[in-house]
Amino acid sequence: MTSEKLSNAQIAWRAAQDIADGAYVNLGIGFPEMVAQYQPPGRQAIFHTENGILDFGPAPKAGEEDWDLINAGKKAVTLKPGSAFFDHATSFAMVRGGHLDVAILGAYQVAQSGDLANWSTGPKGVPAVGGAMDLVHGAKRVAVITEHVTKDGKPKLVERCTLPLTGVGCVTRVYTSLAVIDIDGGKFMLREKLGSMTLDALQALTDAKLHTDGTVGELKVPALGG
Amino acid sequence: MNKTIASLAEAVSVIGDGASVMIGGFGGSGSPIELIHALIDKGPKGLTVVNNNAGNGHVGLAALIEAGCVAKLICSFPRSADPVVFTERYLAGKIELELVPQGTLAERIRAGGAGIPAFYTPTSYGTDLAKGKPVAEFDGRPYVQERWLKADFALVKAEIGDTHGNLTYRAAARNFGPLMCMASATAIVQVSKLVEPGGIAPESVVTPGIFVQKIVEVPNPAQEEDLNRAGARYP
Repeated sequence: MTSEKLSNAQIAWRAAQDIADGAYVNLGIGFPEMVAQYQPPGRQAIFHTENGILDFGPAPKAGEEDWDLINAGKKAVTLKPGSAFFDHATSFAMVRGGHLDVAILGAYQVAQSGDLANWSTGPKGVPAVGGAMDLVHGAKRVAVITEHVTKDGKPKLVERCTLPLTGVGCVTRVYTSLAVIDIDGGKFMLREKLGSMTLDALQALTDAKLHTDGTVGELKVPALGG
Repeated sequence: MNKTIASLAEAVSVIGDGASVMIGGFGGSGSPIELIHALIDKGPKGLTVVNNNAGNGHVGLAALIEAGCVAKLICSFPRSADPVVFTERYLAGKIELELVPQGTLAERIRAGGAGIPAFYTPTSYGTDLAKGKPVAEFDGRPYVQERWLKADFALVKAEIGDTHGNLTYRAAARNFGPLMCMASATAIVQVSKLVEPGGIAPESVVTPGIFVQKIVEVPNPAQEEDLNRAGARYP
């Protein structure tokens, strides 16, 4: 076991390194929104929000909010030069129609098949899905950022999801607090892991088998606080 | 031609018990607060309401639900900063919920307005929300059949309207407005500014007037977020 793991900011930073200049990107509400803060210098992605804005920027100062300028999480945002507004059907045409380069989402569970569970923890309470089931289809890459295990230490990377599915076979890469893992041919392919962690220790925290092609890189991120 | 209605009360007077009503807005952005409050004053029962959300606080859609007007809600995300009104009624079995993925909701409304009775989407395939729906394969991938969604009425907030019903929208408040105007038999629109025909450049029209039946001017409309921060309730 190890106590060392990446902070949420560091997971977001690592995911941001894989976003190309000029990419059209949707970030899920909550934790994935952090990815926007860590774009590498010289690269500029264009962020899409489901409610109908392309190329929005960070939150305005308190007191300067315009409540007709919000993101999917209903937080106030700002515009960048070159931004655009559009209706909801057009917005989801961008999603389902394969026009987004990357969607980065949170997860309760990801299966080795690429199945994702991130919208419901079961039948209790009020069900709410929002755009989660749409976002997992259409983006050229669907990546997940997540803690490697749940708060009580259970694996989130599993052979088969036990929670209600958001989509089937949709996730292509997972950035966790311990590793970067691709989903390829129904297998978890380990690409990077923390240098302090052995493969056996990582496997013990992962429900499904981790495969490698013989070259596992070191997951290196800067100290970011957070 | 003049689709202008003099008052909010007269604009919503046509909405009776059991009607289906699409209400524009994504959260508070684009929510036609004044039209909703006028509808609460009229007080129809047993409405089926279509909205992305289920209201926030005790104004607008939340107040319509709190007033007991809504029997069924069709939405994608019935949660908000303060969802207590819907949550209590839902958990007590007093309001029916049809949960629809957000993009599917938008496309069902668009299809309703465009005369397309059903379509296939990858969204929800293999999930609980696809249960009981036909599935078909196209080019080797499975898709779920979804049906159009239409309504008797739409309540929509726009920015500028002319007396023919041509509309523009403010910023991201556009969201469901253009779709709901298309998909409803009677689209009732509140605009911040009413102008004569020609007052909106044809290139700038977002919703063409053919989709709009009634238009009422509401200068300086309220924002749900501002009302909630002030702790407002309606009535």
